[in-house]
Amino acid sequence: MSAIEERVKQIIVEKLGVEESEVTPEANFQNDLGADSLDTVELIMEFEKEFNLSIPDDQAENIGTVGQAVAYLEENVK
Amino acid sequence: MSFKRVVITGMGALTPIGNDVSTFWTNLVAGVSGAAPITHFDAEKFRTRFACEIKGLDINNYIPRQEARKMDPFAQYAVIAADEAMKDAGFDADTLDLDKAGVIWGTGIGGLKTFEEEVMNYATNGNIPRFNPFFIPKMIVDSASGVLSIRYGFRGPNFITVSACASATNAMIDAFNYIKLGMMNVCISGGSEAAITIAGVGGFNALKALSERNDSPETASRPYDKDRDGFVLGEGGAALILEELEHAKARGAKIYAEMTGAGMSSDAYHITAPHPDGLGAHIVMKNAVENAGLQPEDIDYINTHGTSTPIGDPQEIKAIEKYFGEHAYNMGISSTKSMTGHLLGGAGAIEAAACIMAIRDQIVPPTINHFTDDPGINPRLNLTFNKAEKRKINYALSNTFGFGGHNASVIFKKYEG
Repeated sequence: MSAIEERVKQIIVEKLGVEESEVTPEANFQNDLGADSLDTVELIMEFEKEFNLSIPDDQAENIGTVGQAVAYLEENVK
Repeated sequence: MSFKRVVITGMGALTPIGNDVSTFWTNLVAGVSGAAPITHFDAEKFRTRFACEIKGLDINNYIPRQEARKMDPFAQYAVIAADEAMKDAGFDADTLDLDKAGVIWGTGIGGLKTFEEEVMNYATNGNIPRFNPFFIPKMIVDSASGVLSIRYGFRGPNFITVSACASATNAMIDAFNYIKLGMMNVCISGGSEAAITIAGVGGFNALKALSERNDSPETASRPYDKDRDGFVLGEGGAALILEELEHAKARGAKIYAEMTGAGMSSDAYHITAPHPDGLGAHIVMKNAVENAGLQPEDIDYINTHGTSTPIGDPQEIKAIEKYFGEHAYNMGISSTKSMTGHLLGGAGAIEAAACIMAIRDQIVPPTINHFTDDPGINPRLNLTFNKAEKRKINYALSNTFGFGGHNASVIFKKYEG
């Protein structure tokens, strides 16, 4: 597991109060991890803060699963 | 159409002197002060460095962490008090008509801590507007009643009343009237506040409203004492289950007391100072007594607003003497803020709970911290200084007055069927 993936998982566990084992790459924030739309906005903000970058809204809309978040961050975090 | 009668069938309290009704009442009767140095933030540079904070509270024992972090403390306090009251009321989940069950809550300020944190975060992080999506729903004053309705599935009337330190009393008055009118059967009412924050203490300090007796926090709240120097900020709240009498009887509910009257008035005088002759205070007590269909002589106990400020205390006393006449010297009077501090928008709720327990046990809780008589306050008044008193209490009246000149009073009666 990459360092980015590890940090993403920790944020999700912390913010959504889910077990680490549930945070699989396929897990969808809203369908599988109990998030509502506000939780998802908050998660994106936490990623921005943690990785010190800005995720444009049109990009954020495409981040619905753990795997999508990790992939986006691995590509964009310098 | 005849009016319905309204009774109290459940109570919950989270206060600086007890995190449930039983502990709260035991400590009120024993004369325990809830004041201590502030722990919520570093108050070293503040003129007032003490308050009546909630003690020994682990929120996560009551609300799962993921839910709790989406609530400001004032809403968390509402949930904790309401949970106790709902359990106490013992509704049958299968038969309660949720469409006729409401929540009318009172708070004076709302999510002050949340507001501070978000704005400070903006100011200290390069002015980048990165506000949390839960900022607004956590901060807005109505979030407490929204959270409670979701928690219990109550689909009836739902809102918050805001009238500064009269807020919770206004909430109970609205709940009382809507039940009287048949618009709902059951209502969670009361109020909560969580303003022991940087801006809360700083703001009230700027108004010169707070006691600055930092060397003796536990004796700082001393209503009617000659050397009183301001109120002591408190936090927490209380929940009361107001229920239509026949509805309560039909389900065999335990009935604490009946709510029989309510009064409201305004000073129409000054945004923070009370009317010097206690005009609004006089009108509100008169309105409440008349609304209950009583004579002034029927009132046995008054839980006063009595915040321990130099100008606030005497005007209420003047109003009591003027309205009640000779009877003012026969009844029991006390300010329980001497022990709890001032819960602002939540004050009316914990003081209503105190009145109801006073009726139940026929005991007037004391006004503690009386050291020196104030020559401006008539010694013939029985202000129940320093020690609780056994007394026949059929009717108890609770006064609350708020910045803005809002006055609200409620009357509870020993339930006799």
